[in-house]
Amino acid sequence: MRNKLSWFAVPYVVWMALFTVAPVVMVVIYAFTTSTGGFTLDNFARMGDFAVVFARSFQMALIATLICLLIGYPLSYFMAKEGPSFQKVATVLIMLPMWMNFLLRTYAWVSILENNGLLNRLFAAIGIIDLGNLINGGLNSLCAWLNSGVLDWLNGMLGTEFVLNTARATDMTYFRMLYTQGAVVLGMVYNYLPFMVLPIYSVIVKLDNSLLEAARDLGASSSRVFRKVIFPLSLPGVLSGVTMVFVPSVSTFAISKMLGGGTKLLLGDLIELQFLGGAYNPYLGSAISLVMMVIVVVCMYVMNRFGEGEEQAVML
Amino acid sequence: MKKMIALALACALSATLLAGCAMDDPQSSGASESTSGVGSGKREVNICSWGEYIDTSLIAQFEEETGIKVNYQTTDSNETLYNLLETTGWSGFDVVVPSDYMISQLIEEGRLAELNYDNIPNFAKIDDRFKNLSYDPENKYTVPYTWGTLGIIYNTQRVTEPVTWDLMFDPDHAGDVLMIRNSRDAFGIALMSLGYSVNTTNEEEIRQAYERVAQANKDGVYQAFVMDEVFQLMESGSAAASTYYAGDYLSMLEANPDLAYAVPESGSNWFVDAMCVLKDAKNKDEAEEWINFLCSTEASLANMDYIWYASPNKEALEKYPEYYEETYGEPLDEELYEIMAAPQGVLDRCEAYLVLPAETRTLYNDLWTQLGVAG
Amino acid sequence: MNLGSRPGVLGRVFTALVFLFLYLPIFLLIIFSFNAGSSSAVWQGFSLRWYEELFQDRLIINGVYTTLVVSLLATAIATVAGTFAAIGFYNMRRRWREPLLVVNNIPMINADIVTGVSLCLFFVASFGAWNGFVTWMENTYRLTAPRLELGFVTLLIAHVSFNIPYVVLAIMPKLRQMDKNLIDAAQDLGCTWMQAFWKVVVPEIKPGIVNGMLIAFTMSVDDFVISYFTAGPKTSTLAMVIYSMTKKRVNPKINAVSTLLFGAVLLLLIIVNVRQVRQEKAAKRK
Repeated sequence: MRNKLSWFAVPYVVWMALFTVAPVVMVVIYAFTTSTGGFTLDNFARMGDFAVVFARSFQMALIATLICLLIGYPLSYFMAKEGPSFQKVATVLIMLPMWMNFLLRTYAWVSILENNGLLNRLFAAIGIIDLGNLINGGLNSLCAWLNSGVLDWLNGMLGTEFVLNTARATDMTYFRMLYTQGAVVLGMVYNYLPFMVLPIYSVIVKLDNSLLEAARDLGASSSRVFRKVIFPLSLPGVLSGVTMVFVPSVSTFAISKMLGGGTKLLLGDLIELQFLGGAYNPYLGSAISLVMMVIVVVCMYVMNRFGEGEEQAVML
Repeated sequence: MKKMIALALACALSATLLAGCAMDDPQSSGASESTSGVGSGKREVNICSWGEYIDTSLIAQFEEETGIKVNYQTTDSNETLYNLLETTGWSGFDVVVPSDYMISQLIEEGRLAELNYDNIPNFAKIDDRFKNLSYDPENKYTVPYTWGTLGIIYNTQRVTEPVTWDLMFDPDHAGDVLMIRNSRDAFGIALMSLGYSVNTTNEEEIRQAYERVAQANKDGVYQAFVMDEVFQLMESGSAAASTYYAGDYLSMLEANPDLAYAVPESGSNWFVDAMCVLKDAKNKDEAEEWINFLCSTEASLANMDYIWYASPNKEALEKYPEYYEETYGEPLDEELYEIMAAPQGVLDRCEAYLVLPAETRTLYNDLWTQLGVAG
Repeated sequence: MNLGSRPGVLGRVFTALVFLFLYLPIFLLIIFSFNAGSSSAVWQGFSLRWYEELFQDRLIINGVYTTLVVSLLATAIATVAGTFAAIGFYNMRRRWREPLLVVNNIPMINADIVTGVSLCLFFVASFGAWNGFVTWMENTYRLTAPRLELGFVTLLIAHVSFNIPYVVLAIMPKLRQMDKNLIDAAQDLGCTWMQAFWKVVVPEIKPGIVNGMLIAFTMSVDDFVISYFTAGPKTSTLAMVIYSMTKKRVNPKINAVSTLLFGAVLLLLIIVNVRQVRQEKAAKRK
């Protein structure tokens, strides 16, 4: 111990042992336990059944993260280019929704996306739904024409049975938006976008001025400055943004329950189901949590290694 | 991981805006620990019931009359109630209102306290046909709260064919059907549609039932799995058909006259939900007082009028049409009354859920998980 | 920093659109809180009935109260504990510090649901053991002790646990920026280590403490998942109340409570900013 001030950490170390380490150990113990208390590996053996859910969750979280990045990066960049007072206001505006609980933010979308919700009413009013029906009708007749002409001939030639769908709905009164996977991704993007913007913005805004000037003085075009200097230097921000969006997205259950309708479970739903949902099995729930935890930690470790490599490459 | 610091940095920016603003003054919140206090000497009762399942003014009335503070929480199905209790260590609640089969399970596991019926004089008003039912044969643990049938609620604008259980699996209504979000009812519906008993323990039959629901889910028949979300979706016309309880149908009908209710000819489930006190309840006297209050004729009438579930209180059930006419100045539609309080003829074709053996319950749980996994 | 020219029209339009995307749902939520009807999609005239009903809804009011109390208490505790912890970590040998910081990061890396579930399992198991012990004591020695259950206290512990790491992370960089010799110098000049702490260290890292406090409060208010698993059956934060309400009919009371929250935060920000502008002006005049 360097000096007495290091003793200040002792209470927190005890706290961590109790409320951070011990609970994680509990999860590990539960994951290897049967309902009667014996040791088992069965909970992990069943993990193969849930591969679909892992794949679905990771896919949706990745899409949400990518969209957040595609929206968040340009936004951070444009924000950083504005004057200081604009920047202040914009940062606060991005933080502000976080002081309303995220369930409220998700709830707001329910009434927008409903079949008889605001968006569908708007679409109906300006004729987009009729347009959709018209397009579907057109596609139907086009496909029918192709079926009776070209495809008939082709099928006759090849002995196959290709048929194009001619049953697209032409009597829609609404678009189905709530309770779709798209709605869940939208919910993730909407809720976690600030987690992407804030880290990227804070890195870009602190970039060393002299580097940029040097690049410009050396004749680099502004797009080249961006590609060769700004973007590589902002990668640490991107990486932390990606983590901060991906981890909550992959493990959410409230968003998928409120916007997804529960017909296709995500990892979070699956875990919640085993504890407070309709199928009690904390042992299985712990095992799934543990596997998810390990995958996430490994992903983040790899990504950070990759990120540090990039950083050093830039330095060189 | 240290990249997380970036968030801290980001927040720093807004912190410059807030610097010097001592907005969280810990002093001001110090005196508020009473929320956690067990209430020294103050009488209270902790209840866990279903959503939309009580005339809320009754809570205020009970508090006023007795001075007992009511802590009223809700959960959405027997399975989630059980899991909530199991996950949180069976502490916290005094009164729960599970359905018949769950009550049997709780009694079997020794989770319920025997009631002192001397404290519940209004129990005498309960119709004899709701006493000593198979879930509590000697009637030592329970006082019935409501009863009713499970049936199909459908929108007459969009469902024109005769209503059978097959409607719940019909790809012609893809995306328009709401499936109930608890394993017992969902698999029960499928079992009934296949002509099996809802209480079967035959693994093959249960797996067939699972396949039926899973196939429909794969075909996109279900817009969502719902419990009380069903109100919003059926009332607004977002969905065409769902399976839910008779009383809730009558609530929905007030908001959307296009809705109709049917107990399929082939049969259905009828249920009794009863109030019980948990074994470790800290406020058993208060709990019994609450139970007694709710089975009084006045409270039963008010409740019936509000939630549209039939009361087992004989007097209240018989007097309800009269009460309705007095309150609203128009006679109660006989048909609605028969939906609420199903006549014997309907009950005869319905089967009550019985508690399933532990291994069948495990099978139900596993299949229920599997259903959402397959998606 | 100078990124070159200000963004062009396209950039500005893009920024505006993103902010529209962020705020339009919130504004719609606010507008429909004043709806006379109970729909969130059809406007049926202006009314304040949902606010009236909101103030009579004990569940929501209790939820707001619990949220505020738990957030403020957890922020206060986490800020103090986190400050001490950060200073302690900073003064440790690297060999000790590095692994402890990894443990410190666990609640941040872990998905909320894992943190929630693990705390829930831990509390229930240890309370189960304790309650069994109490029963045994009662039966054998006629001694008793209070039985434990999930509730406000476990909720508070959970919030403190996930808040401290953010406070530590916010303070560590400020400590690193601090001149390493400051403490030694202070002690050489006759300060006790306690005085060195109060007079030297704390003022240096104050911005970090304020940041940490702010992040902790934000995280506490925004949390749902961890509270859901640790609050037990009787205690509900606002988020938990709303979660159970969204399982039923669309309920404009939720819109009303959102509006009030949004208004409160906005008002707070405006007051702070106006005060700041005034202070700056006053400083300029001097």
